Amino acid sequence: MTPQRAETLEWLVQRASAAVLAICVIVHLAVIVLAVQGGVTAKEIAGRVGGSIPWLMFYSVFIIAVALHAPAGLRNILREYTPLGRRATHWVMAAVCALILVMGFRAVIGLYGLGA
Amino acid sequence: MSNDTLTVEIWRGQEEGRFDTFQVPRMASQTVLDIVTYVQRNLDPGLSYRFACRVGVCGSCAMTVNGKPRWTCRTHVDKVADEGVLRIQPLKNLPVIRDLAVDMTDFFEKWTKAKAHFVPTETRHDEFAQVSPDDAKRKEASAGIECINCGVCYSACDTVAWLGDYLGPAALNRSWTLVNDARDGGQTERLKAVAGVGGCQSCHSHQSCFELCPKHLNPTASIAGLKRATVKAALKGDI
Repeated sequence: MTPQRAETLEWLVQRASAAVLAICVIVHLAVIVLAVQGGVTAKEIAGRVGGSIPWLMFYSVFIIAVALHAPAGLRNILREYTPLGRRATHWVMAAVCALILVMGFRAVIGLYGLGA
Repeated sequence: MSNDTLTVEIWRGQEEGRFDTFQVPRMASQTVLDIVTYVQRNLDPGLSYRFACRVGVCGSCAMTVNGKPRWTCRTHVDKVADEGVLRIQPLKNLPVIRDLAVDMTDFFEKWTKAKAHFVPTETRHDEFAQVSPDDAKRKEASAGIECINCGVCYSACDTVAWLGDYLGPAALNRSWTLVNDARDGGQTERLKAVAGVGGCQSCHSHQSCFELCPKHLNPTASIAGLKRATVKAALKGDI
């Protein structure tokens, strides 16, 4: 794949993941606002997301979208504010992507497991 | 300050330098270029600056006026010297040769890098191409075609300041007009040239180019067009 094609597709992935995130963040904020009515407890959270396949799927999509979107944005910042080259920023991006996926899925799978 | 003179601060030197202050008589309909010319002819013959046509056609006389890049020959002092002071500097994002004259080499080299030149597909023996003024692509090309290469957009652009390789609004705008030229034969190479690092995807859509373009062009919209065109080409595997 040419660098031009790779960069352009990365840009497309950043935009497409932003569109997914727009929906995910709205749902996420709405749930927070509704859940804190009358106080929020760990038990209540576990009761909602624990063992729930729909919430598992929702948060999985959310994490994947973040893992694709955030590293692309960080990469642009690194390019504009540091002397790092194309290859170096790729590795930083891959590491951030992996970190978000590992931390995110650890949390989501952990919460899902509370309902078992 | 009396009403019949204007305090003018003009940059002297290169990257390192100082402001010299002059008192210049006010006149009706006076332009910023009139002011600079008055200083050079009457107060300090050593002042370096660049101009040619004086009527907004050649794009030679752009300078930074009270913080913003302007075409000085068509910028009336009344419109920009609201505090009664005029501070004139060279364009930003380009190396200063001396005083108000900048080296435009990078600016024009980026036009070449962006393949912002027409690639003919026919010869003088062929019939003239028939392009309707109502054609959608012709309208896109017409919207961006009146660029005078003054460098105001390039000087106003934050991305040019941050990312040295960025081709800049003017070169990308010209590429977009050619992407919409039905007669042009260099499309794939051009899209390759404007995609990726330093290309159209680097634009943050701050729209300073649109805000300050003296010809009221919209390079940001042209760059958005290039983003769509390069994405289509990347999905097809053309670039």
